[in-house]
Amino acid sequence: MAFNYENYLRLEKMPTLWCWGCGDGVILKAFVRAVDSLGINKDDVCVVSGIGCSGRFSSYVDFNTVHTTHGRTIAFATGVKLANPSKYVICVAGDGDALAIGGNHTIHGCRRNIDITFIIINNFIYGLTNSQTSPTTPQGMWTVSQQAGNIDPTFNTCDLAIAAGASFVARETVNDPKKLEKAIVKAIEHKGFSLLEVLSNCHINLGRKNKMNSAVENLNWIDSITVSKKKYDSMTPEEQLNLFPTGILKEDKEAAEYCDMYAEVIKVHQGKRKTITQDDFKKKI
Amino acid sequence: MATREVISSGNELSALAAKDAGCRFFGGYPITPSSEIMHEMSDLMPEVGGACIQMEDEIAGVAAAIGAGMSGVRTMTATSGPGISLKAENLGLAQMAEVPLVVVNVMRGGPSTGLPTRVSQGDVAQAKNPSHGDYKSITLCAGSLSECYTETVRAFNLADRFMQPVFVLLDETLGHMHGKAILPTEEDVAAGIVPRKQFDGPAEEYFPYECESDQPAVLNPMFKGYRYHFTGLHHDRRGFPTEEIETCRKLIQRLEDKVELHKDEIELNEEFFVDDAEILIVAYGSVSLAAKEAIRHLRAEGIKAGLFRPITLWPSPQDRMRELAARIPKVLCVELNIGQYRDEVQRATGRLDIDGLFKVNGRPISPYEIVNKVKEL
Repeated sequence: MAFNYENYLRLEKMPTLWCWGCGDGVILKAFVRAVDSLGINKDDVCVVSGIGCSGRFSSYVDFNTVHTTHGRTIAFATGVKLANPSKYVICVAGDGDALAIGGNHTIHGCRRNIDITFIIINNFIYGLTNSQTSPTTPQGMWTVSQQAGNIDPTFNTCDLAIAAGASFVARETVNDPKKLEKAIVKAIEHKGFSLLEVLSNCHINLGRKNKMNSAVENLNWIDSITVSKKKYDSMTPEEQLNLFPTGILKEDKEAAEYCDMYAEVIKVHQGKRKTITQDDFKKKI
Repeated sequence: MATREVISSGNELSALAAKDAGCRFFGGYPITPSSEIMHEMSDLMPEVGGACIQMEDEIAGVAAAIGAGMSGVRTMTATSGPGISLKAENLGLAQMAEVPLVVVNVMRGGPSTGLPTRVSQGDVAQAKNPSHGDYKSITLCAGSLSECYTETVRAFNLADRFMQPVFVLLDETLGHMHGKAILPTEEDVAAGIVPRKQFDGPAEEYFPYECESDQPAVLNPMFKGYRYHFTGLHHDRRGFPTEEIETCRKLIQRLEDKVELHKDEIELNEEFFVDDAEILIVAYGSVSLAAKEAIRHLRAEGIKAGLFRPITLWPSPQDRMRELAARIPKVLCVELNIGQYRDEVQRATGRLDIDGLFKVNGRPISPYEIVNKVKEL
């Protein structure tokens, strides 16, 4: 039976403002299919987005939705989640939103390991505002703010998240929607901060000036820079250069989750247990 | 009405008031001289099953508080001037999306890092328009230890009534002042809580931003079957982005009118020896304590001075100030800034001969400085 997107999409908001062939639509579909396969009640989900093309994501899905200021998705979502620990809180942001203006919130969300799912759509450019350099723009690429070629070093989103303490980190691409859907399911299921980087195309504002004139050329480029984690791990450091491994890169099911730990704080203040010590973090509460 | 006596500080009383008024979430970041509010909330919130979180920066502190507020919880943040500067953009989102929130600002010397441990009233103008765009700020200013409590309680009820951030201005002197405060009982405060309006009809008939032209949005809590959208963009009756000309105009006009046309519900002043006054002192916050002391000395010497103390600074009590200024020959504004509220007194009264006694070196104004200034007039 065909999947019933009407149950999850705000059809009156269609068509989206995304460009023809944009990967955001692939992610939107994979996302609602993932939520559906988990059997989660729509009322129990809050989707938070920021500013940029990805910012409109929240307005297209029929959940409790919040479109915040630039870069602050995780900060707003932390308030929603901590005040409602039993609910699902899912953030969607772009590479500029999550890693430049919102970089501080991203690393601290990872560090707290609060049970939020963070989907970072990385299209390597500021698309909505016409091609400025983002923290993930490859060096040497043309951007409108660096027309001689980008000289800024790039962030590796997933390495950053792992180092900052996220307990689930994965990377997928829009080239394989089925794998993407499964990764979103895994990310939502994970108890703790789960960060999923999705490499996506922006053939309009990245591609056109960087010899990728069509969505297909842009997607082929994404294919050329990604390999499965298994293959990546078998490569020499020279071979790994400028390649991104895909799949689940980190999954720690034992790490203490922030809302769980805060429930312990409440117990302390209500006289139901002694104060928290380092030992509390050695076992899952 | 029954009362209780508490020995405490201004900052701690503000936190206690939040808890008693039903606040169940605090998001903040350490900053002198307001940190004690967060310290106290980190104790009080978990005691009552709420949450207090120290975020990674001022921006995140207010964002977390607004997020909790969007979900339906009474929520608060506290900071000082530099923190307000950082929080400004998200305060604008709360104005635009109509999310109730209490923001306590314990004022210290500015601009910039200024005088972190010393008193000031330099954020009065900032409180009127902290963020870009058009909206109407509600700003209350405590003038005693007791008011650190009662004005915080009032702020929560006003935030839910008008569905927007409400500022409570304290200053370093009041925040760190320690002494006896006479407070309403917890039961009376609880009985006075007026929660935000909610829609209880069928979800398909719910339009959170479709309301009378002078009324706030009706925002149901999240996760209850009423799925809608929050945004800082201009939005339609369901909260979705729009650029439709009339919808945009009506939205911004409503943000203004919901406060402007209901100022009587917000205005609160104290008048002290005003009836026969020939000299009117306008002062607020901790400065008003020195002004009252000065007026007692002046009266003992036969000089008929009185005090007008706005407790609600914004929107200003312009009509009452105009009435008083029409009959009292001399008006003196005493402030720990260079006349930020005198500008408003001049505007409201239409008089440009308003005198000023201003101090911006981080030290309080003493009653004798006020006495001497009045005698010079």
